Order: sequence, then C-alpha cells, then structure tokens
Amino acid sequence: MRFGVITFPGSNCDHDSYHVCAHVLGESCRFIWHAEAAVGDIDCLFLPGGFSYGDYLRCGAIARFAPVMADVRRFADRGGLVIGVCNGFQILCESGLLPGTLIRNQGIRFLGRWVRLRVESTSTPFTSRYMRNQVLRIPIAHGEGNYFTDPQTLASLERNNQVAFRYCDEGGALTEAGNPNGALNCIAGITNVDGNVLGMMPHPERAAESILGSTDGLPLFESIRDTVLARQSRPAKIGVS
Amino acid sequence: MTANPTKALSTSVAIVRIRLKDGVLDPQGVTIHKALRTLGFDKALGVRSGKYYEIELAEDSPETRDQVRKMCENALVNQVIENYTIEWLGGVPAKT
Repeated sequence: MRFGVITFPGSNCDHDSYHVCAHVLGESCRFIWHAEAAVGDIDCLFLPGGFSYGDYLRCGAIARFAPVMADVRRFADRGGLVIGVCNGFQILCESGLLPGTLIRNQGIRFLGRWVRLRVESTSTPFTSRYMRNQVLRIPIAHGEGNYFTDPQTLASLERNNQVAFRYCDEGGALTEAGNPNGALNCIAGITNVDGNVLGMMPHPERAAESILGSTDGLPLFESIRDTVLARQSRPAKIGVS
Repeated sequence: MTANPTKALSTSVAIVRIRLKDGVLDPQGVTIHKALRTLGFDKALGVRSGKYYEIELAEDSPETRDQVRKMCENALVNQVIENYTIEWLGGVPAKT
C-alpha cells in the first residue's frame, strides 16, 4: 500500500512517521510538501506532529490554508484514510475535518512523557487490530492537547462512537491522574462521523519498535494496512460516491 | 518614497480583540492570576487571557469592514472557543 506523509514548514515528526510506514511496516511511502497541489495516488495520508508555521495564530491554524489542504479535504471526502497525530490532529480540527479544538494543557506546561490510552472503538479503519478496552502505552509531546468542544458536539461524538482513544490509568480506569492535559471526557483521539479521518494527540509512530520502549502503536499502522488491502480486494467500495 | 496625501487620509485600522468564551478553561489566565496573588495583588479576583490584533487597512469602507469580519471568522478566531470584537479607527496617517 502507499502512505503519504505531509511535511509542513515546522513539521518535526514527518521522518518518524515515514520511518514506521516505510521501514517498520515495509510499505511504500512518500513525503508530500505542503505546497503541492495534490496528494497524488496514495491510500493513507499522515499529517505528522510538529509546530507547523511556528504555531502562529493558533496551533494548526495556518497549516489549514496550505495549498495541499484543499486536496486533503477532497481525499477525505472521497473516503480516503487520513490520520493526524499531535499537530496533525490540531490541523484537522482547525480545518474542520474533525470537530472541536485542542486548547492549552490544563497544567499549562508542555508534556513529553508516556501515557496510558484505552482503546474505545475497534470498528475504525485505524484500530481494528486492537481489542476494545485494551490499555496502550504511547508517548505524548504537546503543550496544547486539551480536547475541547461544545456540549452538543461532545454528546454527538459519544453517541456516534467517534471517540477512538481515551487517556486512562495503568488499570484502564478514567481518572484525573490518568488524564495528562484536562481533555474533556479524557479524549485522546477521535474520528469523523464516517470513521475515515482520525486525530490523536499521542504519538503511535514513537511506539512502534521495541527499542523505543513500546510497540503498542504498531497495530494502528497494521490496522490501516488491513483496511486498505481489504478495500483493494473490493474495489467498488473505494473512490466511488 | 514620495508621500501620497490621498492615501495618507484614507487608511484606517481595525482593532480586533479576541477573548475566550465563558466556560472555556483558560489555564494561562489561571496561572497569571495565581502569580498576581503570589505577588500580593489581593484585589485580583480572576484573569482571562486573550489576543489583540491591529490590522492596517487601505481604506474604511463597507467592503473593507466586511473583509475584516471575514478575516476574523475564517482565520483569526476559532469560534469553537473564542469570540471577538472589532473597533474601527479612522483617519490614521499612512506610513510612507
């Protein structure tokens, strides 16, 4: 399958993301510069972490206007798989591909550390290799990761099973201590209504090899590959609307 | 550069003030408030942080004002968490 990793000025997880797609998973992957007009012929788009455009205005707010983003939107609207991690999640929220926004961490500080995540939904293209309520160990690295939205949107996210991951403690319980940034309902990652766009603050690409201390992020990449291969064996399901 | 008196009379400035909506957590404001209390400013009951922009405009006209509102709604303001006010300053001499 073919991954595409978008590089914005200030992206700093693009090479890590590329490394996992190309070298750990062994799939085809290419970098897509933010100024390109089209994402090209790919199966899954990766919006990596970093500080696109210096986080000016708001995190992800300028990246939303990058030339490539119009085609990212078209790709997502056609059902293409899009994953945004950390700054990529912030960009997806700012561009309206995902609801809500990420505000300053409750404790104000930038947090770079391991957290525990609970898998809430295994019916997404990104989480099929996990078990429901499985507890993952994956790192975070952000100053603005505190998920926020209005009560109506929050209720609809919960009702539609759009919450993919929640912060939790080691036992999988949703506690204040397990929620590093104050996110509403301990939300660490959400999908859009159709399930083909995922945003998450924790970094699965930093937890895909045992030498890095955890391989809990790898099944996310494998789930994406499973989804793409399944779609390719049923070509009528993709790209036709 | 030669000064252009016509331009000098026609520029104006929009002052955009952005504040967090009520109910949206403002960790920065809370931290600043705590710091002010620590410094002994016991009259400070609370702090909300916000943003301030000065936008230099070619002219003041209904079309310009409409553009500034669109700038706010499409870029400067995240309406999930923020609201804004615009103050119009006219008659500002243009820089030459």
